[in-house]
Amino acid sequence: MNPLRAQLRHEVSTTLRNSEQLLLTLIIPVMLLVFFSLVDVLPTETKDPVDFLAPGILGLAVMSAAMVSLGIGTGFERTYKVLKRLGATPLGRGRLIAAKIGSVIAVEVVQFAVLVPVAYALGWRPSAPNWLGALAAVIIGTIAFAGIGLSLAGRLRGEINLAAQNGLYLVLLLLGGMVIPFAKLPGPVSAIAKALPSGALADVLRETLAHGGVRPGTSWAILLGWAVVAPAVATRLFRWD
Amino acid sequence: MPATDADSVRVEGLTVRYGNLVAVDDVSFSAAAGEVTAVLGPNGAGKTSAIEVCEGYRPAAAGHVSVLGMDPARQQAELSARMGVMLQEGGVSPSARVSDVARQYCDLYGKGVAPAELLETVGLAARARSAYRRLSGGEKQRLSLALALAARPDVAFLDEPTSGVDVTGRQLIRAIVRRLASDGCAVVLATHELDEAEKVADHVVIFDKGRVVADGTLDELRRGHDEIRFRSSPMLDLDALGVALGLEVRRVGDDEYVVDSDASRVAALTGWLAAHDEPVNDIRAGRQRLEDVFLRLTGNGSGASS
Repeated sequence: MNPLRAQLRHEVSTTLRNSEQLLLTLIIPVMLLVFFSLVDVLPTETKDPVDFLAPGILGLAVMSAAMVSLGIGTGFERTYKVLKRLGATPLGRGRLIAAKIGSVIAVEVVQFAVLVPVAYALGWRPSAPNWLGALAAVIIGTIAFAGIGLSLAGRLRGEINLAAQNGLYLVLLLLGGMVIPFAKLPGPVSAIAKALPSGALADVLRETLAHGGVRPGTSWAILLGWAVVAPAVATRLFRWD
Repeated sequence: MPATDADSVRVEGLTVRYGNLVAVDDVSFSAAAGEVTAVLGPNGAGKTSAIEVCEGYRPAAAGHVSVLGMDPARQQAELSARMGVMLQEGGVSPSARVSDVARQYCDLYGKGVAPAELLETVGLAARARSAYRRLSGGEKQRLSLALALAARPDVAFLDEPTSGVDVTGRQLIRAIVRRLASDGCAVVLATHELDEAEKVADHVVIFDKGRVVADGTLDELRRGHDEIRFRSSPMLDLDALGVALGLEVRRVGDDEYVVDSDASRVAALTGWLAAHDEPVNDIRAGRQRLEDVFLRLTGNGSGASS
């Protein structure tokens, strides 16, 4: 078995067996989708709350896997010198990063395989969805969020990184246009929210899946900007030990 | 000890700096295939920094390092396939299962080592399903050693392999280290446990303040430094005994004394003790222990870790 496959298998099995990661990447998104679709308390301004929520929750799932799960796991691996030890194997840093990206993609496949049918079961009927466009948004969003997660993981100590990733997750969830529309946020907060990667990803997913984006062109540009800047920052900040 | 073509590890004029701090200062040493080389030194002596350059973790500010004929900084990918590494601590996620980690490293190195066989070798077969955090300190060290063995290494850098390990575990680790060397591997062992180095090493390199202060076989380091070590009354008159022997007598414990001399003075010593009604509870004449060599060279009694 070549080193990349060996590490990819280890990463995927470790992630999928980790109950905390499972809670974060799958159970919380499913619960939010189900609860707020059935209990109409969010000011979604769509006929059915699930029409607004489903693309946003898919964006949340991407953020959970690519930023929080990857960032927390990698941060602790750095603290426990796992990355340092792996650096002295034939794996090398390039293949280690490739294995981690592969692991995030595997988690996202599982997330979408669960979330999309759940959304359909809740009555989501996207009109003429552009799945290819949505896939592009997910890939660009994954790169952007992975860059943010690794920027924190590469610098902060394990426990501080854990707190920072969870705190950022909560902020981006609430302010990122994923479950609360931009229009319902106070003016200055709304402006900031639109510049966040979470808001941009949710907006382009709404546009590609249901033509419901608020300003898709700008959101694509913002998302691409984060996908360029965040990995560059991670590359500069990251410490392997 | 001058480097030869047979050396697997050759370090020549190595300097390592952290900002303005010179951690390793123009150091040279070598380690040969089929031998265990122990690297000793007090805290902050620079031995771990030097070894990390050999492992490819750290750049050299000056000097030349060759491991298996390769430059670790530029050829780490190629070198790592033939190199076993044991970190001083950590290297495994606390939640990782022992069998999973063994399998991961066997697959990463791809040398055909069976994970179950590897765990059997280090005496961890019964803990295969345990999480790493549930292992004792000694078991963690043995797992770390197992991961180094998964490479079927031609060179192995082992940092404190017996730290926190019980007596049985130490014997097992010593046997594995000796077997590695007898299979042709160059084993470089950093340890603060001088008796471990004494038991397992063929060649010793002693670091102090970033420099190598001694380099040779155990016999070479002890040569010319014979001693008589004995136990007697705690109230022994050292001055009077010293005058009688014509040598300084040093107290090294409550009732333990050392005279820097070969065995020819044993008769005079025991005669003086008998004449003064002083007991002789234990007496040994011979080469200095590695600990004494270490203390003489470094003037440091605080241990040898760095």
